[in-house]
Amino acid sequence: MTPFDSLPMTRRLVLSGAGFLALADLGVISFHPVTALAAANDKYPEDAFKQNNGNEAIKLLYGQTAEPSDKIKLDAPEIAENGAVVPVSVSTTLADVTTVSFVVPENPNPLAAYYKIPPGTMPNVANRLKMAKTSNVIVIVEAGGKLYSASREVKVTIGGCGG
Amino acid sequence: MNKAAKELSARYRSIAILAAILAGFASSTLSSAQPSGAAEKPDPVAEAVAFRNYFVKKFPDVKLEEFVNGPYALNQDMRRQWQEIDQFPPYEFSLEKGKELFATPFRNGKTYSDCFPNRGVGIRQNYPYFDALEGKVVTLELALNRCREANGESPVSYVGDAMAALTAYMAFTSRGKPFDIKIPDDRRALEAYQNGKRYFYTRRGQLNFSCATCHVQYPGEHMRAEVLAPALGILNAMPIYRSEWGSMGTISRRFTTCNSQIRGQPLEPQSEEYRDLEYYLSYLSNGLPISGPGARP
Amino acid sequence: MASSIRVRAIANGETTDVQTLIQHPMDSGFVKNDRGEFIPAHFIQELTFEHDGKKVFVADWGTAVSKDPYVKFSFKGGNKGDDLKVSWTDNKGESDTATVKIQ
Repeated sequence: MTPFDSLPMTRRLVLSGAGFLALADLGVISFHPVTALAAANDKYPEDAFKQNNGNEAIKLLYGQTAEPSDKIKLDAPEIAENGAVVPVSVSTTLADVTTVSFVVPENPNPLAAYYKIPPGTMPNVANRLKMAKTSNVIVIVEAGGKLYSASREVKVTIGGCGG
Repeated sequence: MNKAAKELSARYRSIAILAAILAGFASSTLSSAQPSGAAEKPDPVAEAVAFRNYFVKKFPDVKLEEFVNGPYALNQDMRRQWQEIDQFPPYEFSLEKGKELFATPFRNGKTYSDCFPNRGVGIRQNYPYFDALEGKVVTLELALNRCREANGESPVSYVGDAMAALTAYMAFTSRGKPFDIKIPDDRRALEAYQNGKRYFYTRRGQLNFSCATCHVQYPGEHMRAEVLAPALGILNAMPIYRSEWGSMGTISRRFTTCNSQIRGQPLEPQSEEYRDLEYYLSYLSNGLPISGPGARP
Repeated sequence: MASSIRVRAIANGETTDVQTLIQHPMDSGFVKNDRGEFIPAHFIQELTFEHDGKKVFVADWGTAVSKDPYVKFSFKGGNKGDDLKVSWTDNKGESDTATVKIQ
């Protein structure tokens, strides 16, 4: 039993040097080749964090779109007491969760956080985010290789980006 | 606004009169020494009762000790956010710093503990007090800087991080203890109390607000984006880590920024009016628990 | 304690619940100082938790994570007395690490 055995399929193939072309050929994952690499290795997804557009950030990070799921419970306040510190948490009953991310579309850089959930770690995360202004807060849960999402609007009267 | 002010003072007067009648038979440290019938003789005991009753009546669903939590006692959505963050609050770092600073000896080898009763532990609820020798109100912040100066150190800023950290630590050691402010049988102490009260109810600044305008008349309401805290218990959580500041701030900091916010002229930290104001407000919150250091939006 | 990292790791039956609070400015780069100059971005990018030689949680953060950042998660396994190692690196190349015992 090697450390690689517990990794999801995508990472194992990349690390063993199969290369992203092989991935596409296998037809196992229909990623855009660039994003396959981004999602499949352990590098900090710098480009995704730099995106000004939420959809672009998600595309760069995952290469697929998410479908809403009622198996995701997203907790966030109705009106943030201060946009600088907004407590947001997620829990889900979805199985085989590998990553969880939070996207705030109205922020200058919508991708706020990206969490990697190794096997044996619960798919529940609580964190505190900055919100520049009233926006949806979207949580994306990657489970079994597919993407699911939930969203809530959080009103912000005192912006969290120094406004 | 003038109509509201008249309404407020009329309401205050009528409550005070009613409370004074009810409390009139209770012995007071002051009435025994002063001749009765003196014009405008304040009765802090009765006033404190009236003040408390006003808020308890205004917010019948709020437990008395909950008033120390300010807006969180009055707004559920905010309360939930506060409770979640309070599980592991960002002010932990300031609190730790305060404990460290408090224990760090001065160049002469002495520490803050040497300046305070009970080594400075669990005494925050006794501040401010009226110093009979000097004839003035001494606040905790003032006492800390005096301790420094008495031991050859230069004072720290009343609105800075070090003072906030020190008072945070001292408040923490008093958490849960009820405010226990004394007005001794001394005309000057009563004057300081009156002075604080006067400041509290006087309008000022471009917005022509008094402290009472926001904190007696409209607690729980929104002022722009903020939910106003009730004046009852308003200092129990001090010092406070404000999300807006991203740091811990002292009573001095809050008083000066409040003045700026109503576009008034902030006074010098620890000036007489501010110390008397703190005295007045703390006295009115006697019996309510110290909850500091606190967190606020 | 000179470390920037505060951790509460509690073994709770089958899972270990972890909360962490880290002292870090998490400057986004969008805020100006009193002189009108932008305060440069300075934020934690990667935060890693390791137990028994394995990564149990990895956080990749951007500028929208609050100052003095906090995160809470749980993982299966972990017994009282086990070590939990927490490390972070930021965009300036600074880093810190702390090892705590699971309570």
